[in-house]
Amino acid sequence: MSAQSAPHPHASIARRKIAEALFKVLGLCSLAIAVGTLALLFGALLFEGITRIDWQFLMSYPSRHAAQAGILSAWVGSTLIMLVTAVVGIPLGVAAAIYLEEYARKTWMTELIEVTVTNLAGVPSIIYGLLALGLFVYIMGLGESILVAGLTLALLTLPVVIVTTREAIRAIPVEIREAAYALGATKWQTLTHHVLPYSVAGILTGIILALSRAIGETAPLVTIGALTFIAFLPPAPVTTHPPYLSFDWLLSPFTVMPIQMFGWVSRPGEDFIGNAAAAGVLLVGMTLTMNGVAIYLRYRMRKQVSW
Amino acid sequence: MSKSIVAGQEAIRIMKPDGRVEAAARRRARQRREQVIKGGLFFAALISVAATVTIIAVLLSESIGFFRTVPLTDFFTDTLWTPLFADPHYGILPLLAGTLVTSGVGLLVAIPLGTVAAIYLSEFSSSRLREVMKPVLELLGAVPTVVYGYFALVVVTPSLQLLWPDLPGFNMLGPGIVIGIMIMPFVISLSEDAMRAVPMVLREGSYAMGATRLQTAWRVVVPAATSGIVAAYVLGISRAVGETMVVAIAAGQNPNLTWNPLEPAATITAYIVQVALGDLPHGSIGYQSIFAAGLVLAVMTFAFNILGHFMRKRFREVY
Repeated sequence: MSAQSAPHPHASIARRKIAEALFKVLGLCSLAIAVGTLALLFGALLFEGITRIDWQFLMSYPSRHAAQAGILSAWVGSTLIMLVTAVVGIPLGVAAAIYLEEYARKTWMTELIEVTVTNLAGVPSIIYGLLALGLFVYIMGLGESILVAGLTLALLTLPVVIVTTREAIRAIPVEIREAAYALGATKWQTLTHHVLPYSVAGILTGIILALSRAIGETAPLVTIGALTFIAFLPPAPVTTHPPYLSFDWLLSPFTVMPIQMFGWVSRPGEDFIGNAAAAGVLLVGMTLTMNGVAIYLRYRMRKQVSW
Repeated sequence: MSKSIVAGQEAIRIMKPDGRVEAAARRRARQRREQVIKGGLFFAALISVAATVTIIAVLLSESIGFFRTVPLTDFFTDTLWTPLFADPHYGILPLLAGTLVTSGVGLLVAIPLGTVAAIYLSEFSSSRLREVMKPVLELLGAVPTVVYGYFALVVVTPSLQLLWPDLPGFNMLGPGIVIGIMIMPFVISLSEDAMRAVPMVLREGSYAMGATRLQTAWRVVVPAATSGIVAAYVLGISRAVGETMVVAIAAGQNPNLTWNPLEPAATITAYIVQVALGDLPHGSIGYQSIFAAGLVLAVMTFAFNILGHFMRKRFREVY
């Protein structure tokens, strides 16, 4: 820009201020679209579904009649699968994170593990479904069962648990470890007496986020043969006869809440839309609550850290 | 407390001549235990490698069976995908087109909105608004995808039909928009991270020259954060391509080779869901076809993920 053609400074400033104001409006609008969508989504679900949610809806099996259908088998299935996912996925994920953060030296093996964790976090969930279909269902012969579903979701959530646990462990200052070593503690003693207890809130946050993701997953479970119409419950885990514990439920066919909702959404006709919305309200309610708890835990953690 | 007493006693025992042997044995036992624990943790960490290898192995082995029947040239050039019909055609193009169109619409929504929102949050907003918005965006990203599918089918498509009255009930536009909103939090969060990693001194230099915030954001911060922002886009593309439930519910089930988002069309992921819902015998060509489709999907997302990963690494190392 040459000196002659330069506009009067005041005009230039005014123009730039207008541009700035416009951009601010634009930015707020984009954020409003995000927030508005969340509100609209929840509003639409509530509007269609709230009248369907009652005790009968929670305690009934699916049915051909929309008004009598319920989600009993779905929430029982979701609960049992979350149990398997938690029992398998959490110890593995936390252990892997401890190894990567505390033990691993910079070798090609560590590098390979890190790259695969990053990659797994980005693999579409339906690919996990294909993995489970090929490996668990057919090669290992575990059938289209609760066990397979739980294992699949455990694998799917592994990267979430690993990444958040590593962040939590990394936040513990190295001086704490050095103090423990100086007193003669071994590495494992240092971990179990100091590092892990101090980072438990962060690890818990990761676990909640992982389970909240798992509970809403649909695609991988469709692939391994979840059914949308199950009118029975898996065998009870507790029995009246010795040994009082039964694991038959692990091999039972299953349905879960998101699958039940998918089944109802994809039925032709309007009848089942209300049911789908009701299942959606419960599903969104659960995931948002879990995420809310995780966000709150993280927020409190940040405020309390005093080192 | 008791542990440290034990440790103290151990130390005393080491000093006594008669306790020396015992203490050495205990130390060896402890070292052995530490080694066992380390080995166990290492195996847990190896699961991620094993999972990646197994994904590739399963997809490849089932796909090899598929490509024994279907020549690769047919797979990439045939314009029909009808593996379950009496006259089967195995051209991936229609599914690929469906995937690209829905993802494309999603990106047209997510990239402009996400970038503007990220610039706003990083450069303009008060820290208070940012503290509120970040969790809200996180919640938006946490809503189950099946619920977004419902939203696309029951809310978005009917609203779009007010604008285009002859828009079919299943179409690629509605789900595409919803996918865009779904990946928006992801794009915002990653590109905001990249912009906040730009050192303050660059901004201060710009302000000192008389630039406004917008000029600083657009001409200094965004260029400096480019590789991180592009990485956010790339990882967003990977998510859009792999998105399943939204398109399975709202985009239709028929493979349809078209680039028009107003038409219905199945995506790769929707096809896998559709076949999986039926009861195909293990080993049949239909069963193998979902693994071949999955392989194409996996190759695409792996490529985007690796590209995005390296771009993110680059922006971290610049400063």
